[in-house]
Amino acid sequence: MSEARTVLIDPLVDNNPVTLQMLGICSALAVTTSLLPALLMCVALTSVAALAGAAISALRHRIPNNIRIIVHMTIIASLVILVDQMLKAYAFETSKQLSVFVGLIITNCIVLGRAEAFAMKNGVVMSFVDGLGNGLGYSVILIAVATLRELFGAGTLLGYPVFELVTDGGWYYANGLMLLPPSAFFIIGLLIWAIRTWRTQQVEKPEYQIHEVHRTEVY
Amino acid sequence: MSEKKPFDRDSISNTLIVAIGLSLVCSIIVSSAAIVLKPVQRKNEELFRQQIILDVAGLMQPGADVGALFETIETRVVDLDTGDYSDDGDTALEVPIPPDLDIASIGQRPRYVPIYLVREGDAVTQVILPVYGKGLWSTMLGYLSVAPNGDTIRGLRFYAHAETPGLGDQIDKDTWRAQWAGKLIYGDSEEPQVRVVKGKAPADSRHEIDGLAGATLTANGVTYLVRYWTGPHGFGPYLEGLREESQT
Repeated sequence: MSEARTVLIDPLVDNNPVTLQMLGICSALAVTTSLLPALLMCVALTSVAALAGAAISALRHRIPNNIRIIVHMTIIASLVILVDQMLKAYAFETSKQLSVFVGLIITNCIVLGRAEAFAMKNGVVMSFVDGLGNGLGYSVILIAVATLRELFGAGTLLGYPVFELVTDGGWYYANGLMLLPPSAFFIIGLLIWAIRTWRTQQVEKPEYQIHEVHRTEVY
Repeated sequence: MSEKKPFDRDSISNTLIVAIGLSLVCSIIVSSAAIVLKPVQRKNEELFRQQIILDVAGLMQPGADVGALFETIETRVVDLDTGDYSDDGDTALEVPIPPDLDIASIGQRPRYVPIYLVREGDAVTQVILPVYGKGLWSTMLGYLSVAPNGDTIRGLRFYAHAETPGLGDQIDKDTWRAQWAGKLIYGDSEEPQVRVVKGKAPADSRHEIDGLAGATLTANGVTYLVRYWTGPHGFGPYLEGLREESQT
């Protein structure tokens, strides 16, 4: 059971898909302007990642190598359509805010990456747990970014006012930059910095170093 | 997968079996989900549209039964060419809009359009007109509520659009929408005068609404669509009828 625990916990910080593997950045920019759509996106992505992991793992001995990516995409796309339809039926108003981004889970690198790297080589239960863990790792970052952006960009959390806005007679001047995509880059960058300061083993070695070369050595 | 002959997953036959089998299974799952959930989704969309109509009329209370409330609103059909009621008009009939008049960039519009009348007792208190037009990314569909004098706006609300989240979608924000109430479409003029300005509108303005920071193109789209639908090619003739009626 401890192995399953590691597979589940590891992607939260130590092997986080967003801050360490740099995957899924595009949706992390797009759906984090406010917290509620971000939460729904987390649920959608986590369920797709977990179910896709389990389904692909169950078929892993049958999937032919040369069409494996297409097979992955087909399974993931079907799951995403399923989730999208469910959201439109049972979470109609928030699904309107998510608009195209649920559909874009299909191209989310985290889901395909885990399918290819983990589910093709591991058992059904483990692959499910791995998808769950990576979905949760993505969710942790998304929720952190969305909380900061909604709080400082609009002065609210989940739509409830926290900071009284100047436009409503309060003291807080809403920071419009926080609602624009670049701010998500800044926040994710700062998060990566913070995590790597805390967990120094995540710091990558420089790929090359500039050597001082004397002219005579070149030839 | 017998021991004598190991199973070859890369063989052509297995590739075909997996490809065809997977496509079949996935398409059955996807299409049955779509069919099973369709009625719920339709109901959601229709309820949402009705809720927006009630909301723009100021009749919506939290937790109220949308369907029952909507029953109290009368639906009529207006012939846009003449501006008269024409309840047996074919609402599916679309006519092209001359390019020089098409400020809302919609290309064509129906000739017969359903509108909604809110009554208090016998007197009509609000006329709710469907309006739509291009914003920055999407066609914005909404309802404009006008007082029976055919001039004073009671409210404007969109029920479908895909404007930039956080910027253009401020058109759904209560504080911005609240400004529309009380503005005059025409005032002393024959042409629609109401518009969304850039920056802040003067406090005593009769026609101007605050701009949306970072969403000028969406705001312009709103101006154009309101002007188109209240203009001579839209509900202009109908609203003119209302104005004349209220002056006598």
